[in-house]
Amino acid sequence: MSAPRTWKRPPFIERPLLRWGLITGSTLFLAISIGTMEVNWERVAAGVPRAERFIGSFFPPDFTSKSTDIWEGIIESLWMTVVSTVIGILLSIPVGLGAARNLSPRFIYLISRGILAVSRTFPEIIIALFAVKLFGFGPFAGIIALSIGSIGFYGKLLAEDIEDMDPVQAEAVKATGASWFQWLNYSVQPQVMPRMIGLAMYRFDINFRESAVLGIVGAGGIGATLLTSFDRYEFSSSASILLIIIGIVMVVEYSSGYIRKWVQ
Amino acid sequence: MLRLQNLTKQYKTGDLALKSIDLEVPDGQVMALIGPSGAGKSTLIRCVNRLVEPTTGSVRLNESEISSLSQYQLRKARRRMGMIFQEYALVERLSVMENVLSGRLGYVSFWPSYFRKFPQNDIDEAFRLLERVGLDRMADKRADELSGGQRQRVGICRALIQDPELLLIDEPTASLDPKTSRQIMRLICELCKERKLSAIINIHDVLLAQMFAERIVGLQLGEIVYDGPPGNLTAEVLTTIYGEEDWEATIEKVDDEESDTVPTSAVRAK
Repeated sequence: MSAPRTWKRPPFIERPLLRWGLITGSTLFLAISIGTMEVNWERVAAGVPRAERFIGSFFPPDFTSKSTDIWEGIIESLWMTVVSTVIGILLSIPVGLGAARNLSPRFIYLISRGILAVSRTFPEIIIALFAVKLFGFGPFAGIIALSIGSIGFYGKLLAEDIEDMDPVQAEAVKATGASWFQWLNYSVQPQVMPRMIGLAMYRFDINFRESAVLGIVGAGGIGATLLTSFDRYEFSSSASILLIIIGIVMVVEYSSGYIRKWVQ
Repeated sequence: MLRLQNLTKQYKTGDLALKSIDLEVPDGQVMALIGPSGAGKSTLIRCVNRLVEPTTGSVRLNESEISSLSQYQLRKARRRMGMIFQEYALVERLSVMENVLSGRLGYVSFWPSYFRKFPQNDIDEAFRLLERVGLDRMADKRADELSGGQRQRVGICRALIQDPELLLIDEPTASLDPKTSRQIMRLICELCKERKLSAIINIHDVLLAQMFAERIVGLQLGEIVYDGPPGNLTAEVLTTIYGEEDWEATIEKVDDEESDTVPTSAVRAK
């Protein structure tokens, strides 16, 4: 009887030297990083009761004393969110179509990918800083920032969804003699629509949360109200603002889940 | 009449899919194109409506030279060529009716098609066709709710509502069970007769091809190696098309006196 043939799963990285080099290298780096991290445990300890006091001062949340400011901030944030989501998505459709490799000639593809890369490079808050410098304080700067952010996000995902579509369905509609726009409407759109509606809801959600941050650099929205209440140590007002933001995000979250199921 | 002359297709990868094909399909003829996977069957029918651009050679449908048309003229020409696909290729999230009406896109301008406002004639014809294939009650069902055979019937309606002169049919039965395959092939052939259409049917199943086509063309590595009636498909012919194998059981006796109920063993005995 011959010896049994053994079998072992081939290693992910074939060369042993490279494999062990990478393992020891990354372990070493992690160890050094943790070792050099300076944690002042006294400060951490002192922070705990401070955090208790801080969180304690959030309660009870005060919805009434600053209610006009809060109300105005929320309305402004929602308005910024709606406008920037709509503008962003409308502008991202041509860019997204251009950035889909199976749809566009190479030249347009490269330009569109370039636009997407640029708008995705900078976080909304940095674009907002520029916009505030250009157009002054206020929600307009915020809308510009959020719209540009939405183009990068939505355009990239639209392009990727189009690239993943079933080419046979598209081919079949093309074979009927449909024009390019008819082809888009009858074969591409039905395939990408459900996902894109879900992503529009998701982007709405992101834009709303971002609009709470943009107020900090003066680009309008509930963020300005939140910042003011922090600066004035009116933590119970801050708490009410945070609760309202959480509430709205949850409403968007649940309704987007529902809508997504409905359009599937 | 469809006439291919000297048709050659070389893909960018360098693969020579079709080598100087010459082929004529007269009006009203149902022709089956058989051959192993990768022989160039799909490429051949896609070169006819230029879903694949031929490298050289000519494709003539009646008097128009398809290979030299502009994009706009090509769209007009595609209306005259209905196509039926292997995996049905219905747009799954559209309704049955929308899928059928999409066959009219070449005739309707953008905004009416966008708002699904098709001319009454088209809607009448769509219902007539759906009724003909037994699916008129399914008009508002979504395409992905149908079974394979039903989907292929919708695919047939979409091709026919184009009012084509020629049907290009790519493996219509490859994803169907044997019984549905026969029904679909029978339906296609009946409709071709009713409307005096010519058709090129790519098909794997040699038996089905023999049962339904009046002419068989065998393609191997981009070249036509057989062109003749189904009755002349012998073991030697199948060997030249597909390579060495025991073909006796595959060959169906096409005989005038005897129906297709004759068991294959009886054929082998001959």
